[in-house]
Amino acid sequence: MYRYDITDKTLVRQRVAQFRDQTQRFLKGALSEEEFRHLRLRNGLYIQRHAPMLRIAIPYGLLSAAQLRTLAKIARTYDRGYGHFTTRQNLQFNWPKLEQVPDILAELAEVEMHAIQTSGNCIRNTTSDHLAGITPDELEDPRPWCEIIRQWSTFHPEFSYLPRKFKIAVTGAPQDRAASLVHDIGVHIVRGLNGEPGFEILAGGGLGRTPIIGQVVRSFLPREHLLSYLEAILRVYNLEGRRDNLQKARIKILVRSLGIQEFTRRVEAEWETLRDSVLRVDAVQIERMRGFFKPPAYRALPNLTPDAGKETAFRAWYRYNTTAHKVDGYRAVFVSLKKPGVAPGDATDAQMDLIADLAERYGFGEVRVTHTQNLLLPDVEQGKAYELWQTLERAGLATPNIGTLTDIICCPGLDFCSLANAGSIDVAKLINERFDDYDYIYDLGEIDVKMSGCMNACGHHHVGNIGILGVDKGGEEWYQITIGGAAGADASLGTVIGPSVPKKQVAETIERLLEVYVEQRSSEERFLDCVRRLGIKPFKERVYAAPIAA
Amino acid sequence: MQRRLLRDGQIVLDDWRYVAEAAADPSAPLIVTLDQWRLESDTWLARGSPLGVVLSPEHHAEQLAPDLAHFALIAAQFPGPSEGRGYTQARQLREHWNFKGELRATGYVRRDQLFFMARCGFNSFELPETDIEDAYSAFSTFTAAYQPSNDLGLPHKLRAVSSAVTAYRAQE
Repeated sequence: MYRYDITDKTLVRQRVAQFRDQTQRFLKGALSEEEFRHLRLRNGLYIQRHAPMLRIAIPYGLLSAAQLRTLAKIARTYDRGYGHFTTRQNLQFNWPKLEQVPDILAELAEVEMHAIQTSGNCIRNTTSDHLAGITPDELEDPRPWCEIIRQWSTFHPEFSYLPRKFKIAVTGAPQDRAASLVHDIGVHIVRGLNGEPGFEILAGGGLGRTPIIGQVVRSFLPREHLLSYLEAILRVYNLEGRRDNLQKARIKILVRSLGIQEFTRRVEAEWETLRDSVLRVDAVQIERMRGFFKPPAYRALPNLTPDAGKETAFRAWYRYNTTAHKVDGYRAVFVSLKKPGVAPGDATDAQMDLIADLAERYGFGEVRVTHTQNLLLPDVEQGKAYELWQTLERAGLATPNIGTLTDIICCPGLDFCSLANAGSIDVAKLINERFDDYDYIYDLGEIDVKMSGCMNACGHHHVGNIGILGVDKGGEEWYQITIGGAAGADASLGTVIGPSVPKKQVAETIERLLEVYVEQRSSEERFLDCVRRLGIKPFKERVYAAPIAA
Repeated sequence: MQRRLLRDGQIVLDDWRYVAEAAADPSAPLIVTLDQWRLESDTWLARGSPLGVVLSPEHHAEQLAPDLAHFALIAAQFPGPSEGRGYTQARQLREHWNFKGELRATGYVRRDQLFFMARCGFNSFELPETDIEDAYSAFSTFTAAYQPSNDLGLPHKLRAVSSAVTAYRAQE
């Protein structure tokens, strides 16, 4: 993984000192609440329902064991013993004390981490494929490009006061595991007509109040121009994006109002002034950056079938919680943070410490955060999968549900977030209580459920095969259900099935949707494909045909 | 009281006057708005003193381009703490239109923005009196940067050090 040089270290330490000074000025009364808000928001610090919430950047979801141990230590020392992994591969602490935040940042700086630009109207953490560098279907490892973008976007002097937040996702495989089509910019590694390396650039995707799928701005950009092209898009957005209405300030609204052709024309015109500037990324630098992401020292191992003859529980786990690796003899292993009864994406300090140990014992000391709020051990020898499973099982980290109904993406909701209209975590709990029969869950196959506690859509409900949105109805928590959304390369927005339902009826509503699917599916047809084929009508009719008992 | 500002790293008395302030000082360098300039450019030119112009966030830098030679100063406005268009205007004026005069940030300008402003090419800053004495320290908050820039307002030049952008570093 990327290692800081003296400059990276210096910058992060100076940022800690700057934020310490800003916090002290606020605590002394030299900065007003409003003035401090603009400053703290650039550093991931929100004032929430109970306490400040601090969001820590995990660039493209990549963590070393040492970094994860530091996160565990921070959870133990400054928080209540746990942290929450987010859909943007970051980590949030819900209970830090404002006056201790500079100390937390100082601890992070020691392990090359920070909270820079994890909130505020600036370029946020660049996210990517959690299987980058290890998946067999990859064209090229996207992580060197993510790091190049991370550096370019960090403290960018021109783009630190954008109309609104700005999120970039990069993928290097045909299967899109980073939800890049619902990002402000999606960067796809592609090859040109003659095999030359470059990118397809999309812009204007996003969720929130107005969900929109991103559109292609340029179908092929030679690789050396990546930064100048990003700069041109950001510049057009910075000048033209709406600043009069927060709800309409994202780039997706600008792209939609100008139309993709006019937006593209303006970007290309701006790019002409920038393309041959010093932003050109040269081959030497690309190679240097690639050097940080070289494959580790894999052993020459045969492929095995470690689940053969083993108990059912292990076989289920091996099937659902591990995935193919490009190197023979290895598997990538998901550490499920979706245990029934636990808030999705939460991990305790002890679990984080354990996972750090396992990353060293069963890999090369690296852990990844998935955008579906699980963790991943990327390089596990197949022959050691069984003993790894036993350890994870004891720690409550082997729930065999990756990619299934109970692998729910979920925001913190009303329990923690001051924006939320309704609870999310308890809805996830109710769904888990209703669907606890794994034979049934496995029979349903691949299906994703995504839950947001408000229109801001942190839980990506619009692109869930089943989406659940919390709404406030006369002071009560109600939920609007959508079906048919998808976040991958075939991204689509879900359709609302009808009137919202109270919390107690969410699980029954989902059960009725699934009944229709089980009755109507053709063999091997996924829930998503079934909804796409049938439309929402049969689902809607079933849900609202008979009243659901209160 | 005469306005103080931070220019090229020094606290100085402002020798420039906006139109509303100019009555008592008819020969002082004068800052007009873009509208005033367009309506009465001959009047302002006839005055014979150096001229500056105010650029609003919604104006595009290129609107000034035909008349750029007349201006020794451009003042970009920041109406509030979330305004960000001035950063782009500054870079365009410096890099694309090659503006060499004084580039001033006015409006909501606080020490915590100065570093970014200077990196974009601003070299003078109208700060509140309460901020001006301490603001100078903002220039040394960071001693490195990832991006190339036009840091005319900074006491020390910071070069891009991003490993992605070292073509710039290589020029040194």
